[in-house]
Amino acid sequence: MYVDRARQLSILAFLLVLGLALLAYAPSFFQPGNLRDILVNASYLFVAAVGMMLVILTGHIDLSVGAILAICSTAAALASKAGWPLFAVFLLALGLGGALGFLNGLLVTNLRIHSIIVTLGTMNIFRGALIYWTQGAWIYDLPSDFRTVGLGQFGGIPYPVWGAIVTFALFAWILTQTSWGRSLYAAGSNPSAAHLSGISIPKVVLGAFVVNGVLVGLSAVLFSTRFSVIQSNIGYGFELLVITTVVVGGVHIFGGSGTLLGVALAALLLSTIGTALTFFRVSSYWELTLQGLFVLGAVALDIMRTRRSLQRGEV
Amino acid sequence: MTAILRLENIHKSFGGVQALKGVDFELYPREIHAVVGENGAGKSTLIKIISGVYSPDVGKIIFENREVTIENPRIAQALGIATVYQEPNLYPDLSVLENLFSGRFLKRGFLLDWEEMRQRAKEVLSLLAVDLVLQAPLKRLSRAQTQLVQIARALLARARVLILDEATAALSPEETKRLFEILEKLRNQGVGIIYISHRLEEIFRLADRVTVLRDGEVVGRTKVRDISVNRLVQLMVGREIRDLYPRTPRTPGRTLLEVRNLSRRGVFEEITFEVKEGEIVALAGLVGSGRSEVARAIYGLDARDKGQVFLEGQQIPPRPWNALRAGLILLPEDRTRQGGILSFPISWNIGFSIIDYLRNRWWTIDERREHSLAKEMIQLLDVRPPKPELTLGSLSGGNQQKVVLGRCLLVHPKVLILDEPTQGVDVGAKAEIHRLMDRLVGEGMGILLVSSDLPEVLGMADRILVLHRGRLVAHLPRGSSPEDIIKAATGLAEAPHVR
Repeated sequence: MYVDRARQLSILAFLLVLGLALLAYAPSFFQPGNLRDILVNASYLFVAAVGMMLVILTGHIDLSVGAILAICSTAAALASKAGWPLFAVFLLALGLGGALGFLNGLLVTNLRIHSIIVTLGTMNIFRGALIYWTQGAWIYDLPSDFRTVGLGQFGGIPYPVWGAIVTFALFAWILTQTSWGRSLYAAGSNPSAAHLSGISIPKVVLGAFVVNGVLVGLSAVLFSTRFSVIQSNIGYGFELLVITTVVVGGVHIFGGSGTLLGVALAALLLSTIGTALTFFRVSSYWELTLQGLFVLGAVALDIMRTRRSLQRGEV
Repeated sequence: MTAILRLENIHKSFGGVQALKGVDFELYPREIHAVVGENGAGKSTLIKIISGVYSPDVGKIIFENREVTIENPRIAQALGIATVYQEPNLYPDLSVLENLFSGRFLKRGFLLDWEEMRQRAKEVLSLLAVDLVLQAPLKRLSRAQTQLVQIARALLARARVLILDEATAALSPEETKRLFEILEKLRNQGVGIIYISHRLEEIFRLADRVTVLRDGEVVGRTKVRDISVNRLVQLMVGREIRDLYPRTPRTPGRTLLEVRNLSRRGVFEEITFEVKEGEIVALAGLVGSGRSEVARAIYGLDARDKGQVFLEGQQIPPRPWNALRAGLILLPEDRTRQGGILSFPISWNIGFSIIDYLRNRWWTIDERREHSLAKEMIQLLDVRPPKPELTLGSLSGGNQQKVVLGRCLLVHPKVLILDEPTQGVDVGAKAEIHRLMDRLVGEGMGILLVSSDLPEVLGMADRILVLHRGRLVAHLPRGSSPEDIIKAATGLAEAPHVR
């Protein structure tokens, strides 16, 4: 199968150049505390991006992940405040994410409406339900054990980074070694051929949405446990950042191809540039502009690659 | 007379595979020049170079005494080179009229001149003697009609060079005849035509000259009237082909597949038949008679309104995975769209239908086993090049077909439905597929053969079912004449339905 090594290498090269520039102009960037922040930011972004990658591989998309993140974070915070033990809080977040993903998946596979519309709808429904539920109030006074995940570490590595490492290992295996992983790629490359080969596309797609939801739940745990306050509009616009990560990471937006390593590098890149800009004394308002440029650059590279391989007669 | 188009010493390789090795070619005005060769001989690569899809690695292209580089299809079009592809590359959601003029709409000032376009389209369609609704979306047309739209497009572009790649594959005999008349007319008007077909009888009927390609080289070029069919086939395959339709007669065993009262409103009605062990049953009929639709419904790809399918007495729910698990599998007609996954390696494609059985203890696909099973299939079916790690998309059409067939065979089905298994496949590979079919039924399989190729149906089938407008109108034994089939298929003879 075609593997976009070029994408991985170009992100790496970009990170390297950025690193060298920082080393020359703003060496204070490399303080351990700063690097740690960047890695933690990249971690929860990566975990959610893996979920989105699964969905996009099948040729779908999920715009509701920001809202799911908000619901899972809020539920986790409230449960923790109510005195639930930590592992029960986690299971709640993951389970709730999975359930909301299941709902998305059911709607997408049964209504036969494009997922962009379905999840646009559920995004608003989830957000609305959350506001109704919390009455827009912020959640204060979180118990201290809630924040052990976000702020604690094991073996010198913060828990969120462990979360990302485990996710990477698990999904590297799933995507390349299991029949479900291969079915995801097949469903996005040529759904009618996959159907004809005896793959149940709705099952594969539904599975992708459920696992996506669970991963967003995990991402919510890694993300929200760093704060002492959970705002009701938490994760606003998160879905677009996640989609940006997946596209910059080289996953074809219409499905069928993409690598986990590319997505991991893209998560690292996107969480680095914001901080890097600050160290270059450039307004962080430019961060969004840069993100946009990365997306356009990624798509332009895709198009060039397709043209070239057409000329060479490869598919 | 000077050639319109001349190619000199064209080389082209894909990855490590040399597709063309120093090919020379020339085309004169008022000439129909056929290009023949086995799958993977380099025919498609050659025409893709002429039509600007690929660039040659080495070599010159001279168009009307001028050396040109045809970097993309638009340049080819501007030069006056039009290609009618096997797989139409048009816009399914646009109307016939929009498809006819897409990319070169006629304008009056800033506005599109639809009136003029409609006028010109009507002229061309009446020249072709086809009746198409110009406003209809292209996707509602049959494959044959879509092909005619492509030819009409070429005529509208006033092409100097017209390339036809397996243009008659989806056409009925009547439509083919009309196409030939049109091509002859165009030739007499000075157009040079490059004609690619696996149907040798067409070449002898139509072409002036023929170029034979084998393994990327020109191995023969002659006037058609100076060569015999046997000599031409020998040149193509580089060996002699015996037994065009190898069948070993056998007594059929117990019933495997049973189709009862299968109906789908407006498409087919009350289809009832069975396929027994060791039997090849053919489903014949004209384009649009519902052949493929019946096959697809049996496999559970398309919905049905009524009726049941049984395999060894067990009813199969109408879903492909149920059929597959029960031991029934379909080789689809449209292999590039439905057959395989072009971005996957050959080995993944071959193993795809049994992927859940390739799992080892840790829920991991046993890629080594998959690879070795794929290797066996590649050897059995003589897929070229025989490398399981290549992507399916890098193979020629015929070899892609073999890979898809390999996927079907790896399931070890009890009943195999083959929908146009040899369409677009060369003589050599065709004979191989037929030999394989005979061997498979010898091992106890039942085969349902859906085919528009009459000689194939007559040569291979034990029994022939004929469809006309979605109804089974005849049930003919082996040894029937082509006339019997044509009569039934055109609705001339409503033969009694025998079981």
